[in-house]
Formats: sequence, structure tokens, C-alpha cells
Amino acid sequence: MSSSAVIANPAIESAAARKSFALMFCCTLIGALAQIMLKTGTAQVGAHITLGQVVHQPSLFFKFALGILTNPRTFFGYLLYGVNTVLVALALKGRELSRLYPIIALTYVWVTFLSIFVLPGEHLNVYRVLGIAAIVTGVSVLGLKK
Amino acid sequence: MKTPISSIILVLFSSFVGSFGAVGLKLGAERLGGGIAKLLTNYWLAVGVALYLISSVFYMMGISQGELTVLFPMISLGYIWALLWARLLFKEQFTVAKVGGLALIVFGVALINLGNA
Repeated sequence: MSSSAVIANPAIESAAARKSFALMFCCTLIGALAQIMLKTGTAQVGAHITLGQVVHQPSLFFKFALGILTNPRTFFGYLLYGVNTVLVALALKGRELSRLYPIIALTYVWVTFLSIFVLPGEHLNVYRVLGIAAIVTGVSVLGLKK
Repeated sequence: MKTPISSIILVLFSSFVGSFGAVGLKLGAERLGGGIAKLLTNYWLAVGVALYLISSVFYMMGISQGELTVLFPMISLGYIWALLWARLLFKEQFTVAKVGGLALIVFGVALINLGNA
């Protein structure tokens, strides 16, 4: 069987697509986990800085950047994001980006659930649930071909 | 815990800076191919990655206080900037799906912030 015959085989093509979907699904879980690590890490890094303060005193930016580089949680969170980015790139090889948007949008659901269960001081209300639903739908339709 | 406005502003600013990171990566991706040496001297890719890293620092400043349930969904506003730059710089057409999707995203973020009040 020649290589072009393999690519033309719809069974193998859909298997590759399924693999892509599965990989992207895992990526949304890893991405959500990274978010939680980053959030708990930044809470340890130090006092809250506003954008205005950074504009007046740019050194605050570098001080904060150094803080997140040396905090184990934020460092590991960034590392997880790096790994995730490579996996996303691999998933994109098997399927075009527009078809994967609905799966990518799941990240908003995972982050919300994980936040509620793991982080202190987070809460849900009707507005937030409807808001997340609207965002997930919005991101999902971005890739539609019309 | 209530999410401070300063955190919301930082995350918005981060999504704005990050959208230029996407522009850098797109310009870099158009110049891909030709081995490792060409990849390492692809300055648009470097600019894209640098802008993403800078935007991530502002994002981290933002989430250091406030609720992730409010702040994380605001990242989706980055799609607005990205589609705008795609239209202006790369002449990509607006479609019904893109405009409809963006409207839903803006509506969703507005709802979430109503829930913060």
C-alpha cells in the first residue's frame, strides 16, 4: 500500500482525528491544572500590584517577574504550560484549529469547577454559570465556516 | 472575596498585550521552514514569545488577588483583539461565526462581572 493510499483511507484519517480530539481534551485538563497552580503561587509571591503602580515604577514588573520565577508553584505552573503548548501543537497537526475550538473552550469549565473545589474564597452564582456557558458557546462557534 | 477592579484591569491589559504575541507568532510562522538556523534567527517568533511572556506577568499580577472564576474567563476577550488584528494586518475576513462568537464572549464576560457586583 502506498503512503497516499494510507492517507486517503477514511478509517485511518478519522482515527488520527480522534487522537487529535483526545489529545486536545487532555490539554484542556492540563491547562486548567496549570491555572490553579499559578493562582495559588501568585498568592504567595507578594503584595498586590496595580497597573498604575507598574507605570510609575517599572522596576516593580521585574521584581514581580523574579518572584514568580523563584516560586515553586508558579514555576511548575509555567513548566506545565510549556508542556501543554507542545501537546497542543501536536494535536493541531492532526486536525485543523477551527474544528478543535469546542474542545479548547472546555478549559473555561474545568477552571471554574477546579476553582470552586480547590481555591479558597471562590463562589458561583447564576450570572457566572450563564456567563461561562455563553463564553464556551462563543469560543465554540468562532471556528465555524460561515 | 470580591475581585478588585485593579485585578480586572491587569487581566484585560494582559489579554491586549498577549494578542500582539499572537501577531508575532503568525508573522514568524509565515517565515517557517529551512532548518534549525532559520528557526533560531526567526525574530518574529522571538518577539511573539517575548510578548506572551510579558503578558503572562501582567496576568499573574492580576490573579494574585481576586477570584479565578471571574478573572480566568476574561482571557477570552483576547479573541476580540486577535480577530481585529487578523482583519487589519492579515486581511482575514470577518464572518458571521466570528462576529457571533465574539458577541457571545463579550456577553458572557459581562454576565460574570455582573455576578461580581
